[in-house]
Amino acid sequence: MQQKPPAPKVRALQIWTFPRGSAKRGRMNAPTPNSFRTLPDERGHFGQFGGRYVAETLMPLILDLEAEYRKAKADPAFQAEFDDLLEHYVGRPSPLYFAPRITEELGGAQIWFKRDELNHTGAHKINNCVGQILLAMRMGKTRIIAETGAGQHGVATATVCARFGLPCVIFMGATDVARQAPNVFRMKLLGAEVVPVTAGAGTLKDAMNEALRDWVANVHNTFYIIGTAAGPHPYPELVRDFQSVIGKEARVQMMDRTGRLPDVLVAAIGGGSNAIGLFHPFLDDPSVKMLGVEAAGHGLDKEHAASLAGGRPGILHGNKTYLLQDEDGQITEGHSISAGLDYPGIGPEHSWLKEIGRVDYTSVTDKEALSAFQLLCRTEGIIPALEPAHAIAAVQKLAPTMDKDQIILANLCGRGDKDIFSVAEHLGVSL
Amino acid sequence: MTRLSNAFAKGRPALVTFVTGGDPTPDATASILDALVEGGADVIELGMPFTDPMADGPAIQLANLRSLGAGTKTSDILRIATEFRARHPEVPLVLMGYANPMTIRGADWFAAECVKAGVDGVICVDIPPEEDPELGPALRGADVSLIRLATPTTDAARLPAVLDGSSGFLYYVSVAGITGMQQAAQASIDEAVARIKASATIPVAVGFGVRTPEQAAAIAKVADGVVVGSALVDLVAQHGADAAGPVRELTAALAAAVHSARKEIA
Repeated sequence: MQQKPPAPKVRALQIWTFPRGSAKRGRMNAPTPNSFRTLPDERGHFGQFGGRYVAETLMPLILDLEAEYRKAKADPAFQAEFDDLLEHYVGRPSPLYFAPRITEELGGAQIWFKRDELNHTGAHKINNCVGQILLAMRMGKTRIIAETGAGQHGVATATVCARFGLPCVIFMGATDVARQAPNVFRMKLLGAEVVPVTAGAGTLKDAMNEALRDWVANVHNTFYIIGTAAGPHPYPELVRDFQSVIGKEARVQMMDRTGRLPDVLVAAIGGGSNAIGLFHPFLDDPSVKMLGVEAAGHGLDKEHAASLAGGRPGILHGNKTYLLQDEDGQITEGHSISAGLDYPGIGPEHSWLKEIGRVDYTSVTDKEALSAFQLLCRTEGIIPALEPAHAIAAVQKLAPTMDKDQIILANLCGRGDKDIFSVAEHLGVSL
Repeated sequence: MTRLSNAFAKGRPALVTFVTGGDPTPDATASILDALVEGGADVIELGMPFTDPMADGPAIQLANLRSLGAGTKTSDILRIATEFRARHPEVPLVLMGYANPMTIRGADWFAAECVKAGVDGVICVDIPPEEDPELGPALRGADVSLIRLATPTTDAARLPAVLDGSSGFLYYVSVAGITGMQQAAQASIDEAVARIKASATIPVAVGFGVRTPEQAAAIAKVADGVVVGSALVDLVAQHGADAAGPVRELTAALAAAVHSARKEIA
C-alpha cells in the first residue's frame, strides 16, 4: 500500500524570506534594492564584491572591453548573431524536462531539469564562449587564450576558435593535464595549443595565473575568454549575461508547461556561471527561492572547495569575493571530486547574493555527489557530470521536505561522459 | 624630506633593488638586504610573498614559493622590515606585493604596521587607481607612500589618474609583460620616460627586464631611478642562504653603472 505523502515541512524553506533586507547586516551599505538585477554598478562592484583588481598593464584593455561590451549589448546585430549561433550551432533552446521517476523516488516536490548537458560540447560552457568570441572579433583581436580545469571550458573555447578560425592557446594545470587526458586530446583535435602549467599545484587557479601572465604580455592582439562569472569587471557581468540564456529559456518553458514559476531553483557552483545563468532572470520573482550548491569535498572540516561556506572575502584574479585562504591571505587549494568545482574562489555576484540573503547556499560532499550521480543514472537514464551531481544531491535532501505540488528546477549543466573514469575509480571499478 | 625623496635627491640616478622577503628563509633575508645596502642600492623593495603572483615571471614566482615553503608569514615580513629599519635608519624601504595579503586584516591595520616597521612606501601590483579606496586612503593617512605603476599601456589620458594620490616615486614598467622577461627597446623607454616626466612631479624609476649594469646605465641616462629584481632573485635562487656575497657584487656593479650614467654624457 502506498504511503501517504509526508506532510509539507515548509520550515526547511523559511531560511529564504524575500526580500531579505540588509538592515541587520551592518556591514552592508546598500539598502534593500527594488531590483536584484541592476548590478554591477558603474565601477563593476556588486556591493563590496567584484571590481577590477588587475595590474595597470591590463587596466586600459579592461576598460576597452567594457566599452565594447556596452556597444555590443545595444547592437541588435550582435544579439542576432549570438542567438543564431546558439540555436543552430549549440542546439538551443535546451529542453526543460520533468523527471518523473526521481520525483517519485524522492517522494516530495516535482523535479524538473534544465537540460544544458545536451548542448554541443556537453555543457553550459559553450554559451559563454560563443558570446565572448563574437566580442573578441568585434574588438579586432586575433588570438584567443583561456584557462581550464577539468577541460570543459578549454574544449568549448577550442571549439569556437575552430568554428571562427582563430588561434587558441589553453592554459591547463599540469596535474589536470595528466588526469583529464581525453579533454586534452579533444582540445588538440580542435586545433588548440594546450600549455601545461607547472607553477603551484598545477590546477585551475595556477592555469588562471598563467593565462593572466600571457595576456599581460600580449594585450595588443589577444582576447582572454574567462570560463566563469568571475575575474575583473566586466567579465562577471558579461559571462552572466551570456549564460542567462539558461534562465530566460527556463522561465518561458516553465510558464508554457505549467503556467507557473518554479518554487526553488538549484544549481551547482564552482565559479558559479551555470548557477548565475539560471538564477539571474528569476531574481526579481519573489516567489522563486534559489539554492546554490558548493563542493564540500571530503567535508567542510577537511579539504573542500566551498568558498562561501569555508572562506572569507579577499582579492584574487581581478575581483573581490569569498576565497579559501589562510589568516595571512594566502590562497589555499580547493578540493572536490569534480574538477570543475575545484576552485578556491567564486563569482562576486554570488558573494553579494549570499550577503544580501537573496540566494541561499549549501554544500554537498564528494560522497553525496557520487551517490546522486548514480541515482540520476538509475532513475532517469541520464548520466550527469559530477558538477550537476552536486545540485542533484541537494535536490535529494530538499525534495522530500516539500509538497508534491511544489516545483524544483535544477540545472543539469553538463553530461557525465568525461567523468565515467573517475567515477569508476571512486566506486572501485577498474575499466 | 622623506627617506624616499632623499634617495632621489642625491644629484644622480638611484638604484632600486628588489628581493622577495623570506627567500630562501625568513632568517636569511637580513643578510641579503644588508648586501643590497652595502652594494650601494638607494632604495630597497622587499617583496611580500603570495601564493598567486600573477604579474611575476618564473624567477620571482619561484622565490615566492620558496619563501612560503620556508613558512614565511606576514609577521615575518614585518619583523624583517622592523629589524632592517633599526640597522639602516636612513635607507628607504618599500614593501611590494599583491592586494590580498596587504588588505586581508584591513587597510588601516596594514598601514599602521607599515608605520611601526619603518616602511616608507608600498607597491601593490593589483590595485589600479580605479580600486584606490581599497588601500590608498589608509596609506596616505599614515604618511606611507603609495607607489603606483605605469606601463606602456598607460596612455596620456590615464596617466593623471595614475599619478593622482601616488607619492615617493612612479614605477614605470617598461614592458607589457611579467617580471624578469625581455627588456624593452631603449628607444621606447626614452620616449615613455620623457612623456611621463613631462607630467610627473615625483621621480620616475624604470624596471622590468633590467638585468645588467649596461642596461641599467642606459636607462639611468633618462630616468631618475632603475629597478632591478629578477637578476638579484636569481642569485638568491642559486646561492640560497649564502647569497649575500654574490648579491653585494652584482648590486655594486649596478650601482656604479647607474650612479655614473649621467657623468658619461656630461
